[in-house]
Amino acid sequence: MYFGDVFTPFNFMLLLVGTIGGLILGATPGLSPTMAVALLIPFTFKLEPAQGLILLGAAYTSTVAGGAVSAILLKIPGAPANIATTLDGHTMAKNGQGAKALQLSFLSSAVGGVFGVLLLIFLTPMLAQWALAFGPSELFWLAILGVTVIGSLDSSSVVKGLLSGCIGLWLATIGFDDIMGAQRFIFHPSIAGGINVIPALIGLFAIPQVITMFAKGRRKLEAEVIKVEKHPIKDAFTEVFRRSRALTIGTLTGSIIGLIPGVGGQIAGLVAYDQSKKLSPERDKFGTGHSEGVIAAESANNAMVGPSLVPLLTLSIPGSPTAAVLLGGLLIHGIFPGSDLFDNHPDVAWTFINSMLIGQILMCVFGLYVAGLAARVAQVPNAVMAAVVLGLAVFGSYSVQNSMGDVYIMMALGTGMFALERFGFSAAPLVLGLILGPIAEANFIQGSMIANATSSVGHYFFTGTLNLVLISIVIASVGYSVWMELRSKRYTTKEDVIAQEETAT
Amino acid sequence: MNGLPRTQHIMASGVVAAIGVWVAYISYTQQPEGAFLFPRIISTVFACLAIWTFGKAILGKTKVGNGLSFEATRNILPGLVVAFVFVFWAAKSLGFYTASTIVFFILLSLYDPAPHNQPKTWIKRGIISIGFLAVMYSLFALLLNVFTPKEILF
Repeated sequence: MYFGDVFTPFNFMLLLVGTIGGLILGATPGLSPTMAVALLIPFTFKLEPAQGLILLGAAYTSTVAGGAVSAILLKIPGAPANIATTLDGHTMAKNGQGAKALQLSFLSSAVGGVFGVLLLIFLTPMLAQWALAFGPSELFWLAILGVTVIGSLDSSSVVKGLLSGCIGLWLATIGFDDIMGAQRFIFHPSIAGGINVIPALIGLFAIPQVITMFAKGRRKLEAEVIKVEKHPIKDAFTEVFRRSRALTIGTLTGSIIGLIPGVGGQIAGLVAYDQSKKLSPERDKFGTGHSEGVIAAESANNAMVGPSLVPLLTLSIPGSPTAAVLLGGLLIHGIFPGSDLFDNHPDVAWTFINSMLIGQILMCVFGLYVAGLAARVAQVPNAVMAAVVLGLAVFGSYSVQNSMGDVYIMMALGTGMFALERFGFSAAPLVLGLILGPIAEANFIQGSMIANATSSVGHYFFTGTLNLVLISIVIASVGYSVWMELRSKRYTTKEDVIAQEETAT
Repeated sequence: MNGLPRTQHIMASGVVAAIGVWVAYISYTQQPEGAFLFPRIISTVFACLAIWTFGKAILGKTKVGNGLSFEATRNILPGLVVAFVFVFWAAKSLGFYTASTIVFFILLSLYDPAPHNQPKTWIKRGIISIGFLAVMYSLFALLLNVFTPKEILF
């Protein structure tokens, strides 16, 4: 369905640009997939919705895979999703198997990625129809679920994660109230119209990274690109399918983890690596440059890409920061995900999904050729990268409404987020709060009106199977995270990675 | 947790707690009541969590967040000042492309590890900055044809 639309010359060119650009951006340490997609949104304003999504989807897919290049050749993961790849990939490169590690990485990424997108293709239409059963109370709880799950699972501290979510929800209420037109929390004229999501996203993801680059000072990048010898691609194909256990574990783990809102690619990679190690008869070889380690980690982090979009495309609930950015990309074109997307804009939905499938294959083909260039780009000095990102952030936030007010908001939020991140707060729940806040509020008000006319607010929001299931998931995710925090057995989060990097330097 | 991060944690969580309490106060005192119904719910949770975090910081029980070291602050400040001048004044007053190029050159000079006392370094920085201007202008003005802040220059 709408498969041919991907292959129109302009759409295919966008797919190529997104894929190759994403591979290069992904290899650049500090440019996460979320930030890359956020900075690309302004470039989609003049495109048709499907074309814009093709560009963003291709960039998302290939930045995750591109991160493996710097992980393997520089021992610096391009994104948190590639942390597990570093463990065996870099050792392979040091042992003179850099080309093989890169080939295994892209091939297993493609296998995992294609499986993940197929899952997206089969699950999304089914769930989108099921979403029609959701009334205001269920949608309210779903929005709250999105914020609490990501707040509790994606942060080093549950309380600070939830607090970040609350800050996001509060920011979403700034401006004029939709129903009564009352002014709320307008303490500066530039926020009278509320906080525009796109400048906020750019600021929250790009500016902290720019300031982090400043924090490194005039330090020279010590890592050197390891030279790679030629390696026959046929042998890499054989190796990937010979290691089918690692490939299967990685693909399935990534797909399942991708479906859970709030759980990112770094967790998919690390869990898949860990499981492959436990189930492998050659577990002693893990960490010494074993191909299974690379295959498991890379198939997992790309397999999660497709399923991570299922909650967004079916229920309008972005399950990850990158999905939140993609939601912003949809909303600026006046398209709402869910059944509306599939019923009223099937061309947009299916062209986007199909392009992600083709993008996985293009990413594999071009990844092998672009790897050398990407590794060189990854060595671009911090100063250049910081200035480029700052310029793009200003341009991106200005171009939304041609307003300097948006630029000021972007900078203020970004600087504030940098400060908050230094004290254990997290951007992801804040962003989800900002995006889901209006959805939660609109459904809360609508639900309250229905409740006042029929029963009581408590009865309306706290009874019914779906409501109870959603409330249970909210409680379970928070409870699980608290329990894990008390046992000090939390998985690696972005803050942990920053802390490890600081300890290492 | 040593002294500096603890003090910083108290200050940071104190600011967040103050904002939380202010948001809750506004939510419960402003009219019309209906417009502040949802903010009341979230501000209550916001204020409670923020006060909890502040209390933990005072007791020195904060477990996450490394704060800002003196060295990091010293490195950040010049770049941040330049970024603020760019965003809040230069981009609008001088024009986006002019301001971006000047800021690019200044940031490169501030953070580039190459030695400052060699003419070659400055020539390289100048060429990179002009290249940056050329790429930005070609991309935004010529290819995408989008609006950028314009004032006395371009």
